[in-house]
Amino acid sequence: MRRVVVVGGGPAGMAAAKAAASCGVEVVLIDAAPKLGGQYHRQDARESGDRFKLPDGVEHLAESVVWAIEPILEGHRVHVRTGPADGPDRTGRAIETRALVLATGAYDWTPPFPGWDLPGVYTAGAAQAMAKGQGVAVGERVIVAGTGPFLLPVATSLIDAGSRVSAILEANDPVAGFAARPGGALAGWTKAGELAQYGAALARHDVPLRRRCAVIAALGEDRVEAVLAARLDEDWNPVPHTMRRFEVDAVAVGFGFTPQLESAVAARCEIEGGFVAVNAAQGTSVPGVFAAGELTGIGGADLAAAEGAVAGAAAAKRLGAKVRAPIGAMRRARVGRRFAAALAEAYPVRPGWRGWLRDGTIVCRCEEVAYGEIRHAVEDLDVGGARSLKLATRAGLGLCQGRICGRNVAELASLPDAADAFARRPVAVPVRLGELAEDVPVDEAP
Amino acid sequence: MRVRVDGAEHVAERGQTVAAVLLAAGRGSWRTTRIGGRPRGLFCGIGVCFDCLVVVNGVPDVRACQRVVADGDDIRSQDGAELPS
Amino acid sequence: MGRIESADVVVIGAGIIGAACAEALSAAGVRVIVVDRGAPASATTASGEGNVLVSDKEPGPQLELAVASRRRWPVLLDELRELIGPRLASVEWEVKGGLAVATTAEAVGPLAALTAAQRASGVEVEDLDADRARELEPHLTEQITAVSHFPDDAQLQPVLATAALLAALRARGGEIHSGVTVDGIATDRSGAVVGARTGADAIPCRAVVNACGPWAGHFSATIGAPIDVLPRRGMVLVTAPLPRFVGRKVYDAGYVDAVASPEADLRTSAVVESTAAGTVLIGSSRRRTAFDDDLDVAVLRCLARGAIGLFPKLAGVPVMRAYGGFRPYTPDRLPVIGEDPRMPGLWHATGHEGAGIGLAAATGRLLADLFTGREPVVDPGPFRVDRPEIALEA
Repeated sequence: MRRVVVVGGGPAGMAAAKAAASCGVEVVLIDAAPKLGGQYHRQDARESGDRFKLPDGVEHLAESVVWAIEPILEGHRVHVRTGPADGPDRTGRAIETRALVLATGAYDWTPPFPGWDLPGVYTAGAAQAMAKGQGVAVGERVIVAGTGPFLLPVATSLIDAGSRVSAILEANDPVAGFAARPGGALAGWTKAGELAQYGAALARHDVPLRRRCAVIAALGEDRVEAVLAARLDEDWNPVPHTMRRFEVDAVAVGFGFTPQLESAVAARCEIEGGFVAVNAAQGTSVPGVFAAGELTGIGGADLAAAEGAVAGAAAAKRLGAKVRAPIGAMRRARVGRRFAAALAEAYPVRPGWRGWLRDGTIVCRCEEVAYGEIRHAVEDLDVGGARSLKLATRAGLGLCQGRICGRNVAELASLPDAADAFARRPVAVPVRLGELAEDVPVDEAP
Repeated sequence: MRVRVDGAEHVAERGQTVAAVLLAAGRGSWRTTRIGGRPRGLFCGIGVCFDCLVVVNGVPDVRACQRVVADGDDIRSQDGAELPS
Repeated sequence: MGRIESADVVVIGAGIIGAACAEALSAAGVRVIVVDRGAPASATTASGEGNVLVSDKEPGPQLELAVASRRRWPVLLDELRELIGPRLASVEWEVKGGLAVATTAEAVGPLAALTAAQRASGVEVEDLDADRARELEPHLTEQITAVSHFPDDAQLQPVLATAALLAALRARGGEIHSGVTVDGIATDRSGAVVGARTGADAIPCRAVVNACGPWAGHFSATIGAPIDVLPRRGMVLVTAPLPRFVGRKVYDAGYVDAVASPEADLRTSAVVESTAAGTVLIGSSRRRTAFDDDLDVAVLRCLARGAIGLFPKLAGVPVMRAYGGFRPYTPDRLPVIGEDPRMPGLWHATGHEGAGIGLAAATGRLLADLFTGREPVVDPGPFRVDRPEIALEA
């Protein structure tokens, strides 16, 4: 019996499971959501059935979290809890494998700004998930802010769910960005048409798109009542006297994505520039561990699926299956990566966001650590390392384990190698002590 | 399906998350922070930020955006840090 | 970084032991430079719970050092406050007390024997009945066979304490250099230390202090004066923040046994305590290992079971983190503090295993006493470098 374990049920994970299963190996796909699709292909949770179907030979563990990955001799033991999220009565299981595919995706990156901890400030991903997956609008009058093409589908989803979108504020000037790159960068991008459709839909609803603008503060007592937006210069410093107030009850903010790294870190994969380093076969620095999708670089669903197909085939091959080289998928991945590079260049993050903060601005939402406290630790206490900074300020020590604040704290404190330091989460998601104390069945490595 | 939200009965659809039920019921926040007592609700919406914590059937620290409602669930706001009942 | 000027003493390692030595030396007027290959308090110190305990020490030199250090810490913190101000010197010092809880009939005898010996050494111990213990700690298990209360057990935040000690050093004109690796010692013809080598450069000095913690053995070997200090790994579970749950440090009476065990294989024994932030820390495990920081779920399972045994209500509480750290372990379970007779000018201050935070205050003091020729704060004999268990052949 040969078993590939795939973590994640988005485009990359699904493609990996299909590719591996088509090579005749057994596959276990583990995903936290009740339905497949991940964040890209989010299904309406209220409809019955699953739009996606995995081939026979793939066991889909839905509503299942991987809370730990333990290196064992020649492989890994993947610890899973299955059942209602965060409940105390989930079922435990440990699955050993010599071929592990990590496809854990990414989540929105949001820089802190005054008022960003008020209810009514959402990540763009949250607004999208609630609209598409649950049919709920996060607000009546919503402003969408941040950077990247993802803001457009978020705005249209909000409109579909019944919100009025006051404006989309794009912090970059992507036209100039694309223009700065030699022609052909966007060749092969199948989504260009899709974006044009979003643009047309937004025009129909008179939603203005303002470039080089951002929400730099949210106002309100116990929830968002308005936001302050400003024009930005090239470095994202607010341009004086350009402040404008928008009366909204919600703001959806997305400045790109941060990969969900802890599984890869637990498996000891090398991280490079904040992403998992992979070779052409999606192999990581650890033999038997493959990574696909946003973990290896932000590039969208098509690239993720192509990488997933390559990773699935490589994982099956690792187990001795007869595998035909996934040449088509590898070509699609190469094209996708060119596009991803163009995208990253068109929608960069500029350092001026640091100037949006005040000393009292919360940076770590879990532990309520303000910017001033981080400055005190760095400037007065001379605390330098990520670990000691966390302990001195408590930033990153809360329940999210630095997922939201880690990157921000690292940049504000100029810490090197922080992606790795903040992504070290041996307990990937909380488990109750009673669950931890249980003996669980182990599917041993074949 | 019927669920209770802070004592009041609400109708929920199968497949909905606790967060969706709360937002649909007009609740923008359902937790207070343990240090500043500040209101919090949904933020990341995909299980990453742990801001949307709520008490479900007496068990605190449940992510409202991840938990799918079950018929008869007793959903309660979370006041700072709580112990399971 | 520019070239580093000379000093009397170069302390290698900016963990709490190195910081305490540097602070004590500078207080005695010695010019000190602290160097660390990483950032201050970022390794063993950062994975310590911050215990300043007398309750877990077997009577003998270890307990003597612990008692001296427990006495020294509050005085030292007062001195720091005076020198650098209350904000920088705020280290979450708390005299919380400890409870050793026996939950089986077999554990009663050994606990009584230990507390009798500790009393004889001057440690304050109070025997409680189960009702009184549950008054103090309402969530404690009902399965109690004996409880002893150690009112003097205290706690501080080790990263903040290290930062405060280093701030005091800086206030006295000392220097701290992060990201500097000492890879050799320069000696004169007689073999005495004249500098600490950092690649092509050397920092001129007349003494170096090896305060490299679990890496002290490795460092001592590279400079040709090996001491037997090895890493032993400890794991701690951290729960989600809770409302006030446990006031004291509460441990299974088997804890002392586990800490004192010299065996390499896994030993766990429940230790449960709250932090200022509301999280509950659950220890304690000891496993001698190479520098291997892989997760071991079996260890976590043992810790969880032990904690639920002491506090059944914890079963429903989420664990949000687990962290491990390497502790510097010596074969005779005693720290190494003093000058190395094989290389005049080479000093060691290491080998405190899991007790370094608590023992730091007296360790720094003792090292400075010996360096300056003052009356030592405790008998240095048991900690000397040339004892047969420690000094290895080069």
